[in-house]
Amino acid sequence: MELALDAVLLARIQFAFTISFHIIFPAFTIGLASWLAVVEGLWLKTGKTVYAEIYKMWVKVFAVAFGLGVVSGVVMSYQFGTNWSVFSDKVGNVIGPLLGYEVLTAFFLEASFLGIMLFGWGRVSRKMHFISTCIVAIGTLISAFWILSANSWMQTPQGFEIRDDGLFYPTNWIEIIFNPSFPPRFFHMVTAAYLTTAFVVGGVASYYFVQNKFREHAKVMMVMAMLMAFFVAPTQLFLGHWHGENTMHHQPIKVAAMEGNWERGTNKPLYLFGMPNEEKESTDYGIKVPSGASLVLTGSVDGEIPGLKDVAKEDRPPVAIVFWSFRIMVGMGMAMILTGLVGAFLFWRKKLFDTKAFHYWCVLMGPAGFVAILAGWFVTEVGRQPYTAYGVLRTTESISPVIAEQVALSLAAFVIVYTILFTTGVYYMFKLFKKGPAKIGDGEKYYDHSIEATFTKELTKGKKG
Amino acid sequence: MFDFGSYIDLPLIWGLLIATAVFVYVLLDGFDLGVGILFPFAPSDKCRSRMMNSIAPFWDGNETWLVLGGGGLFAAFPVAYAIIMPALYLPVIFMLLGLIFRGVAFEFRFKTTEEKRWIWDTSFHFGSLIAALMQGIILGNFVQGIEVTGRSFSGGPLDWANGFSLLTGLALVFGYALLGSTWLIMKTEDVTQKWARRVSKYVLVFVAAFMGLVSVCMPFIDARIFEIWFSFPNILLLSPIPVLTFLCFVMIARDLNTDREYRPFLLSVGLFLLGYIGLGVGMYPWIVPFEFTIWQAAATSTSQSLLLVGTVLFLPLILGYTAFCFYTFRGKSSHEAMY
Repeated sequence: MELALDAVLLARIQFAFTISFHIIFPAFTIGLASWLAVVEGLWLKTGKTVYAEIYKMWVKVFAVAFGLGVVSGVVMSYQFGTNWSVFSDKVGNVIGPLLGYEVLTAFFLEASFLGIMLFGWGRVSRKMHFISTCIVAIGTLISAFWILSANSWMQTPQGFEIRDDGLFYPTNWIEIIFNPSFPPRFFHMVTAAYLTTAFVVGGVASYYFVQNKFREHAKVMMVMAMLMAFFVAPTQLFLGHWHGENTMHHQPIKVAAMEGNWERGTNKPLYLFGMPNEEKESTDYGIKVPSGASLVLTGSVDGEIPGLKDVAKEDRPPVAIVFWSFRIMVGMGMAMILTGLVGAFLFWRKKLFDTKAFHYWCVLMGPAGFVAILAGWFVTEVGRQPYTAYGVLRTTESISPVIAEQVALSLAAFVIVYTILFTTGVYYMFKLFKKGPAKIGDGEKYYDHSIEATFTKELTKGKKG
Repeated sequence: MFDFGSYIDLPLIWGLLIATAVFVYVLLDGFDLGVGILFPFAPSDKCRSRMMNSIAPFWDGNETWLVLGGGGLFAAFPVAYAIIMPALYLPVIFMLLGLIFRGVAFEFRFKTTEEKRWIWDTSFHFGSLIAALMQGIILGNFVQGIEVTGRSFSGGPLDWANGFSLLTGLALVFGYALLGSTWLIMKTEDVTQKWARRVSKYVLVFVAAFMGLVSVCMPFIDARIFEIWFSFPNILLLSPIPVLTFLCFVMIARDLNTDREYRPFLLSVGLFLLGYIGLGVGMYPWIVPFEFTIWQAAATSTSQSLLLVGTVLFLPLILGYTAFCFYTFRGKSSHEAMY
């Protein structure tokens, strides 16, 4: 190991760190916004205050998560320029407009209607408030659409040409936006976000069961969470499989790293455990299912699987990170499916609200979605190495001409600041969980906080402060 | 592949659009950063809650204009984005960190206990202050020009730390403070409003002094700027800018002694607009002063065309619902936690 600071490595660590921190929050808010829309819809439809109380509690959690997502997201939009300016210059023609569209079609929508969602309770009509929640939810999905399109283009670039000046020029926008890895990535990620939220909600509900409080609210939350786990977690298995097949077709070396497979061939085993060894070019200590990888990826035991040795050493991604992250992600997915099955069984036996052991398990599974999402992104992003735009632009050719010390300084600052914020954010979220939903008083009417109401209050109370 | 490049001057349109987005950002985030800058000087904690509530529903939308500025620059002038960001690396990072600290304060302030509130009050104030100062420094460096070799920044990491930039940094801090204090005159009443009026008077003096200093320095930064301002007939055509600016100052000063609630803010906006036009006139047509013009730095016309379609479709919509939000939260702000 050299001791001299390496700007490329530092910039990569900085990107990995800031994006990992960032993705946690959008992943949570994508699911949470849609769920809140459903809860508020149920409140409008049934008029049961339990829904309004759940909404009012979780909208606060949403606000904290969204705030952290916004501040860490603004950093991302500038980091392309500060650390990856050559990349920005070269591919700006192609992915610049996609990011531009994200701002125009999603960010403003979310930011503006979030104001009404948070502060408009009682100020606008119930219907308008519900519409605002729906708009925010749709905004998060539109945002995911554009950013995942841009990310997918970096994985499977097409619809462009490189001219003599070394810059990328678009030739077909449809091919760029709907590049091959975009559809599976979009559905896989949105579903992951929904599952993440479901498990947080289920975890909090289970915590209330364990503590034996807010049981009425916890029942609603638990049933909704288990519905998601039962139906959507298995769906995610198929979406993930679709994504994997897609990757095998377009980024075979990434799949080789995920499987820890070095030699191209048929009847390749599925490693449940193993230690990929980049020196010896083999996967050691393997516990494997014979012909498993071939079967899963091609549908037949003698299907051909790409190997890492298909390409030169310098064109391979870091194998161990991809290999292990993939196993963590799949493991979490399996645990989620299992949770859904057990939950459904308990519900059928009418024991869902009274099985302590299952509640403890669900509390443990609360953060499962975050772990799975981070692991999944590590698979796909580290698996893209050593390129920024797969096969056409190397990471080492993308870096800004800034000195390593600057990158090191900003990296240190981000690590410190994000650690403080993350801790505080999580602390306040737990505080909100602990406090639980507040009862909406019998006397309290929806319009109590409207301007007109404030005005009458001021008149009766006289002037103040 | 549609391409309007042969019908209209796309780089010029994009230059104007981005200049507009940056200006809208400066105005909107200007008043809420300004409120943050004035935060610790408020007479009571209740006042501070009112101040925060007056901007809480808007700050996120306001800051999105900054993302549009950055994203728009990346999309429409990638090479400018690729040069300016590394050149202003540290000020940009400090600005982002400042914005982080003040952004989270909105959420955290009302969720903590009263004894610990000072932590987020501090974070809100210094976050706003640093973000404003850094934005001013970025502006100061932008007008002084950036060292470029080929398509990359080639200066040093501390080039941005110089006297003129510090001057523009401080000027912007006071400018934002004026927007903030006049915003508060509009959005609060009683004690807070009285205090805001008093503060506005102080701040106005500083804004006048700094604006004067910056204006005097500007023409001497580059011969080209001097040429634009002082050649005939430009000097006559441009003379309304300083005259109107002077008029704005006088009117604000007078309004602050009356009980007008809206006009001081609107006049402060006018002041910013005049300053911005004055700056823009000197900078045209550079996007990386004095290395790349908007035409040299433009993304390929198909890229600019695609995004222009989106802008034409969505910008009016954005302006529409932004106005709707400001309308929803019209009137005076309260000091209670709002949700």
